[in-house]
Amino acid sequence: MKTVDARGLACPEPLLMTKRAVDSDGTPLQVLVDNRIAVGNITRWANNHKLSITVTESDDGDFTLSLNA
Amino acid sequence: MKSKMSAYFPILIAGAVTGLLAVLLTVNGNPANMGFCIACFIRDIAGGLGLHRAPVVQYIRPEIPGLVLGAFLMSLFRREFRAQSGSAPLTRFLLGVFVMIGSLVFLGCPLRMVLRLAGGDLNALVGLAGFACGVGVGAVFLNKGFSLRRAYSQPRSEGYIPAAVALGLLALLVSAPAFIFFSESGPGSLHAPIILALAAGLAVGMLAQYSRLCMMGGIRDLFLFRDPCLISGFCLIFLAALIGNAVNGSLHFSFADQPVAHTESLWNFLGMLLVGLGSVFLGGCPLRQLILAGSGSGDAGLAVLGLAAGAAFCHNFGLASSASGTTPAGRAAVILGLAFCLVVGLLNLRKK
Repeated sequence: MKTVDARGLACPEPLLMTKRAVDSDGTPLQVLVDNRIAVGNITRWANNHKLSITVTESDDGDFTLSLNA
Repeated sequence: MKSKMSAYFPILIAGAVTGLLAVLLTVNGNPANMGFCIACFIRDIAGGLGLHRAPVVQYIRPEIPGLVLGAFLMSLFRREFRAQSGSAPLTRFLLGVFVMIGSLVFLGCPLRMVLRLAGGDLNALVGLAGFACGVGVGAVFLNKGFSLRRAYSQPRSEGYIPAAVALGLLALLVSAPAFIFFSESGPGSLHAPIILALAAGLAVGMLAQYSRLCMMGGIRDLFLFRDPCLISGFCLIFLAALIGNAVNGSLHFSFADQPVAHTESLWNFLGMLLVGLGSVFLGGCPLRQLILAGSGSGDAGLAVLGLAAGAAFCHNFGLASSASGTTPAGRAAVILGLAFCLVVGLLNLRKK
């Protein structure tokens, strides 16, 4: 599974990177981010594009998003 | 559909409250169409601290520390506070300088642009066109892979600094020591009572942190993702302030004779073009930089310091416009700023 590491980046970059990765490699895709703004934006985008998304938060405050068709 | 509505709810509330509070502040003493202006207020604070000596624009505006502290408290409450920095700090500082120059050639940050429009100032429509073009150019850079690279975690104490500086500014305002400058005439002398201005700043700071309200983000997300969520806040600020101004009798549609504004369309356009492009590269308009700084972003904090330095340059070097129009040095600085932004944009395209 391809992983996009968008930790430390501010929106819209994490969303743009996710969008590009889905366009070129499709799903499943794993995205790493470190802020809730990016989580919210990517979740909203995924919902609008009929992709399923699961979010797990780690102890250090990072988030792993798993996108599937 | 229900979840869609709930996504819009915070931003609509934040926009409406910001627009209404802006009118309330002008009714209670702030300059016309200047309930909030992040650029003007940071410029006034720079003047109050003596970083520039333009006698008509010196005051420690409590709205600014209020916004930072409101965002700080809300980010702590929501566990979103995070001390981070290291994403091209000096680039961001200089972008802040040029965003301020563009703002003071137009005479207002993007937030005041909306408020000017809501007061009937049609020059702001020209500014809005320039701003939208700037954001559009920025969106093209983002699509081509523009990035100022990642930020890194910093000690938590680093993230407290913007809030601490905000408290320090409030202490200077209240204690008014002799080395602080307060305008006796001009826009700097016009201000709402401290408590009201501080409370309005705190409220908008909290709501803006909660809702991500950003003047630039709305147009950018529309271009990039066809997502109208953020721009709905922008529209609500306009509507709320428009209604407030209409009720208050301060709605006058014209180009000429608008308060703290000039009619040089080309430079209103180019000034806000610079602000739009610079704001895309910074990841937010001046309001958003304050909110992010309060939430722990040292990079946004540095952009705010850039705004303050830019304000000092504007008045020390005669770059800022006035009601009588732009200055030759101001026009040259806008061109320089646009060139700077293009170089920054081209040098920060990430190779695939």
